[in-house]
Amino acid sequence: MNFSEVFKLSSLLCKFSPDGKYLASCVQYRLVVRDVNTLQILQLYTCLDQIQHIEWSADSLFILCAMYKRGLVQVWSLEQPEWHCKIDEGSAGLVASCWSPDGRHILNTTEFHLRITVWSLCTKSVSYIKYPKACLQGITFTRDGRYMALAERRDCKDYVSIFVCSDWQLLRHFDTDTQDLTGIEWAPNGCVLAVWDTCLEYKILLYSLDGRLLSTYSAYEWSLGIKSVAWSPSSQFLAVGSYDGKVRILNHVTWKMITEFGHPAAINDPKIVVYKEAEKSPQLGLGCLSFPPPRAGAGPLPSSESKYEIASVPVSLQTLKPVTDRANPKIGIGMLAFSPDSYFLATRNDNIPNAVWVWDIQKLRLFAVLEQLSPVRAFQWDPQQPRLAICTGGSRLYLWSPAGCMSVQVPGEGKHIPEATDVAALLCAVWHHTG
Amino acid sequence: MGDWMTVTDPESKTISQYTSETKMSPSSLYSQQVLCSSIPLSKNVHSFFSAFCTEDNIEQSISYLDQELTTFGFPSLYEESKGKETKRELNIVAVLNCMNELLVLQRKNLLAQENVETQNLKLGSDMDHLQSCYSKLKEQLETSRREMIGLQERDRQLQCKNRNLHQLLKNEKDEVQKLQNIIASRATQYNHDMKRKEREYNKLKERLHQLVMNKKDKKIAMDILNYVGRADGKRGSWRTGKTEARNEDEMYKILLNDYEYRQKQILMENAELKKVLQQMKKEMISLLSPQKKKPRERVDDSTGTVISDVEEDAGELSRESMWDLSCETVREQLTNSIRKQWRILKSHVEKLDNQVSKVHLEGFNDEDVISRQDHEQETEKLELEIQQCKEMIKTQQQLLQQLATAYDDDTTSLLRDCYLLEEKERLKEEWSLFKEQKKNFERERRSFTEAAIRLGLERKAFEEERASWLKQQFLNMTTFDHQNSENVKLFSAFSGSSDWDNLIVHSRQPQKKPHSVSNGSPVCMSKLTKSLPASPSTSDFCQTRSCISEHSSINVLNITAEEIKPNQVGGECTNQKWSVASRPGSQEGCYSGCSLSYTNSHVEKDDLP
Repeated sequence: MNFSEVFKLSSLLCKFSPDGKYLASCVQYRLVVRDVNTLQILQLYTCLDQIQHIEWSADSLFILCAMYKRGLVQVWSLEQPEWHCKIDEGSAGLVASCWSPDGRHILNTTEFHLRITVWSLCTKSVSYIKYPKACLQGITFTRDGRYMALAERRDCKDYVSIFVCSDWQLLRHFDTDTQDLTGIEWAPNGCVLAVWDTCLEYKILLYSLDGRLLSTYSAYEWSLGIKSVAWSPSSQFLAVGSYDGKVRILNHVTWKMITEFGHPAAINDPKIVVYKEAEKSPQLGLGCLSFPPPRAGAGPLPSSESKYEIASVPVSLQTLKPVTDRANPKIGIGMLAFSPDSYFLATRNDNIPNAVWVWDIQKLRLFAVLEQLSPVRAFQWDPQQPRLAICTGGSRLYLWSPAGCMSVQVPGEGKHIPEATDVAALLCAVWHHTG
Repeated sequence: MGDWMTVTDPESKTISQYTSETKMSPSSLYSQQVLCSSIPLSKNVHSFFSAFCTEDNIEQSISYLDQELTTFGFPSLYEESKGKETKRELNIVAVLNCMNELLVLQRKNLLAQENVETQNLKLGSDMDHLQSCYSKLKEQLETSRREMIGLQERDRQLQCKNRNLHQLLKNEKDEVQKLQNIIASRATQYNHDMKRKEREYNKLKERLHQLVMNKKDKKIAMDILNYVGRADGKRGSWRTGKTEARNEDEMYKILLNDYEYRQKQILMENAELKKVLQQMKKEMISLLSPQKKKPRERVDDSTGTVISDVEEDAGELSRESMWDLSCETVREQLTNSIRKQWRILKSHVEKLDNQVSKVHLEGFNDEDVISRQDHEQETEKLELEIQQCKEMIKTQQQLLQQLATAYDDDTTSLLRDCYLLEEKERLKEEWSLFKEQKKNFERERRSFTEAAIRLGLERKAFEEERASWLKQQFLNMTTFDHQNSENVKLFSAFSGSSDWDNLIVHSRQPQKKPHSVSNGSPVCMSKLTKSLPASPSTSDFCQTRSCISEHSSINVLNITAEEIKPNQVGGECTNQKWSVASRPGSQEGCYSGCSLSYTNSHVEKDDLP
């Protein structure tokens, strides 16, 4: 793995194009587009204000730059540098902006979620969608980009509207049996929509594309419920992480629970490999093993070396005592991610923030546990192979695969780019790195 | 009379009395008794007897004693009176007897008393012991009673606690219920509030919307250089009812595609499972069919019918078309047959298990014994070998050491290891050689034994053959000699027995019938010697034969001596010599011949005078 030199970056805005050829990054009000392989600057665009959000269109031809403060969206074309587009939401304000999957429409959410404006780049037409619900995950597109599901709230009731993305026609509109809908998510095959309720209640509902209720699942009552939901890429499983520190896997035939993964702090099964990150004081000329020696002046030399040790079971993991009298307590399964081949599931229990659990979905059991020295901020699967990248907010990147795991020192501060030989591996290999 | 003399001297009397009292010898006792009875002056004696007998009442006391004694079953002290008038005399013998008996009784009583006393003591100690035991037990009882009370108290307390806990539990439950109710009410209230708030919020939103949206906001606009084409290259279409219908269609198409895909997958899975099931069934049938004969013989009819069912099912289900039918029609049949077979298989496996366990239980003992014997023999052998090898190694080591001491120190230290190694290698080789040799020996021994067995068999066959041949011969011979009748009888008696007897017979033949068989038997003998197989055991065989022939020759000699008598001696002798000459090289022939010639000569000597 190689690292490029460090770029200047503001607001952590940096994105690869969906085709993996370009890299867009923002410095204050400038947008820089580089070639991935040579890292040479291809285009440089100047926006009207500090950029707060950027997004590539699905065909990698356009980049959207949102400036929420001014209620402005600017769109740039990669093919025609002189082409420009500016959308002003005026006094209605702007809180979110995103592309539609066809890359020719922009969905802007106004302040207070008054409405969603759909701007078309093809025609001058503008569509408005009223009553969008202000929730965590209120808009979701099917993977083929054909349909959009939108959570709505009217008259103190939750509704879901399904639109056809090609002409923004309302296909279905139905109310959901939820107290306070929190999120919706399409299955990867685009036929089933998972709808889950607020964290006060454990309730997940599954709707067909035509609005029929397929199933309802509730594990328990009177306690904090669902925290995170993830579909397996094969649409076969739905993993539901909840505040009780368990992941429940539902199947796609009966929508009943197949199994339940607990996340105890003590691991006793000797079959499970527990990797423990250990830090070692540096020796002279140490770094050559896992990364090329950092260029002079590229960044401070690493103060210490970290590596993984295989801990012998039983292992007890470091736990946090959650503060229960505050909102959003740090308990439960906050992060869930299936590997692209659906064989593994990575989870993080928020009151054991230093650990990442990797589950074997074929055998429905725990496969490995990684305990880091600092809390895990994010993890992401390699889209090509079962490889998990973990970021803890330090200057290191951790990689896990069924064969083992390693830690990589990232030179310098700022952002890092894994330059794997496989270009496709870069597609979503973006890790945020704060501090 | 002398007594009275002594009585006169009071001093001597007192002395004698004194001495008698101190010594207590029987003679003095007697004198004292006499003194006591005769001299009432003695104060001691007087005081002793004063209560009962005095000089005056001797008669009465005697009669009294007599009475007492007779009541106690002693013989009377008086002599048997001859007449009623005469006064009865005191019988001194009886008195003495009585006294003796009394003394014996006294001694006995004393002994008994002693016994009783010891017993009493024993009983007393027992009593003490029992009393202490009793007191101890009493204490124990007391403590246990106290304990029981304590336990009861504790029990009561625990019960109290339990009741309290129950109460607490109940309270808690109530509280939980209350809290749940509170939660529920709070939830409803919260929801209500939320709804109210949301309504307000919605109102505000609506107003805001009106304010913001309805006012023509000039700012809300899109500033674009030129419109771009659609990603799919098509032009945008107008929204009409048609497009709506088309969208619906497409949606249903997608859904249908999904369902079809899933159905296909399920069908595939189903087919796979069916295949597995079918295979399993086939295997089961093939597994069960070889044993269906046996269970049909033994097991009752129920399983027999089941098996026939199985066969039927097998026949039915072998038709592939069955599998393509929908599940409902086949399912029942299939599951039933599978279940049946499974049951059979299970029972069979159980039976096998039972058998195995039985066999284990039964067959363990004798097998074990045999194997143990074998093992022991084997181990003994091996141990012996090991011992030998060890000795060998030791001697070699000693030799090595002797050799090593000859060298100077550093070379030995250097060389010792390699030598040892070499030696070890060599020893190994030798060991393997030795083993090889041992194996060879074993093989040879086995082959020898086999050969011996074969030889014995061959010999037997040969003997039988010869016997039959001889029989033929003798039968032929009976025509021209009357003596043969005896011989034949003898032969027939021995025909079934071992070859020694036959040999004896043969060795006899030339001696018994010197004239008549002279032309036949020598041929036979020569044939015998020639035809004898050259086997490793021939030498000892010959020895034993010679030994027996010697013995037999003596017997024969007796007979021949009797037989010879009427015959001509000279002719006999020449005949013998000839017969000996006819068997050259055979030891026993020579020996018997010699002995014969010797005895014959002796007989000749006897006969000649």
